[in-house]
Amino acid sequence: MEKLLLIAVGSALVNNVVLSQFLGICPFLGVSKKVNTAAGMGGAVVFVITIASFVTSLIYKYILTPLGFEYLQTIVFILVIAALVQFVEMFLKKIMPPLYQALGVYLPLITTNCAVLGVALTNVQKSYTILEGVVNGFATAVGFTIAIVIMAGIREKIEDNEVSPALKGTPIVLITAGLMAIAFFGFSGLI
Amino acid sequence: MNKCLERLFNGLIKENPTFVLMLGMCPTLAVTTSAINGLGMGLTTTVVLVMSNMLISMLRKIIPDSVRMPAFIVVVASFVTMVQFLLEGFIPSLYDSLGLYIPLIVVNCIILGRAESYASKNPVLPSIFDGIGMGLGFTVGLTSIGIVREILGAGQAFGKQIMPASFEPITIFILAPGAFFVLAGLTAIQNKVKLEAAKKGKKVETKAGCGEGCGNCTNCGGGK
Repeated sequence: MEKLLLIAVGSALVNNVVLSQFLGICPFLGVSKKVNTAAGMGGAVVFVITIASFVTSLIYKYILTPLGFEYLQTIVFILVIAALVQFVEMFLKKIMPPLYQALGVYLPLITTNCAVLGVALTNVQKSYTILEGVVNGFATAVGFTIAIVIMAGIREKIEDNEVSPALKGTPIVLITAGLMAIAFFGFSGLI
Repeated sequence: MNKCLERLFNGLIKENPTFVLMLGMCPTLAVTTSAINGLGMGLTTTVVLVMSNMLISMLRKIIPDSVRMPAFIVVVASFVTMVQFLLEGFIPSLYDSLGLYIPLIVVNCIILGRAESYASKNPVLPSIFDGIGMGLGFTVGLTSIGIVREILGAGQAFGKQIMPASFEPITIFILAPGAFFVLAGLTAIQNKVKLEAAKKGKKVETKAGCGEGCGNCTNCGGGK
């Protein structure tokens, strides 16, 4: 239990996926204009990464390892993730239309989010068990959500300020991200 | 042959993936802690890009349109896996310092983007040169960011001390926040240049990139 908690805090705060590992920068910069959409994207990412880390851990343990095909992990994982996102999209559309309404737009964007593949590969690299892998995936995605929602909140405030023309748009967002990364350093004392 | 040279120029300068298109931001931020890492990552990506462009261009008439994305992903992922093992075997130091980011080349927008927008529509030779041009452009981008960060953060370039001993290294530049600050400075300079050009009445094409919004990421990666 203690190990699970350590993994969770470590992935969500200390080694924040966006601010210290630089995974998922594209949606972090692209979908962080409004708090609502940022939270929607965060929700979709939590959903997909948790399922994806469960499925990929399962496949690695019960299919790739017994057959001695560990070296195929990258190919297998990326295909599984792409298929999974499609499947989740269709499933939500049929079974849970309200959730689909809320997350639908963001789902196709997630295939190209390198955080999903990154988590799957980290799980293998650190030889996590299936449960640890799922916890790691969930916590990483929660860390992503925290970062993107805070970022969106700050960006909404920046809108009201006067930014010098050259810094408008991406540069000021990157500077904000840098300051957030410094703030997140504070968590490194936790573990 | 002219067309091939044009592709090289296009990748290095006109459509430089790092500075102009702003693609592949994850590795750009993550591995540029030193010049040598940036160079290694750039060259690794170049190799994958050239090989995948070549194979996809060869297969462009065989791959059915409806399954082209999964097919491209399989091709790219196979080359990435091969390169990963070659690095592990022959340059273990680079393999260790790049770590997780080597398999993540698979989801680099640049590679699928070139496969989709160039290699799947053009003959083999120009596609190879397109890959070389784009790859070298990416390498130049990563290496120069790496040099800036290494000089500011450690007073070195390619591991050699170049700043005088009295220079106090600004360690934050080789840590995570430094990556964001350097990239912010870079895009600000680029904006400045664009604004100046716009003032002079020149029309500046705005190219879509990852920084501009995620819809564009899907264009190059998801293909939907």
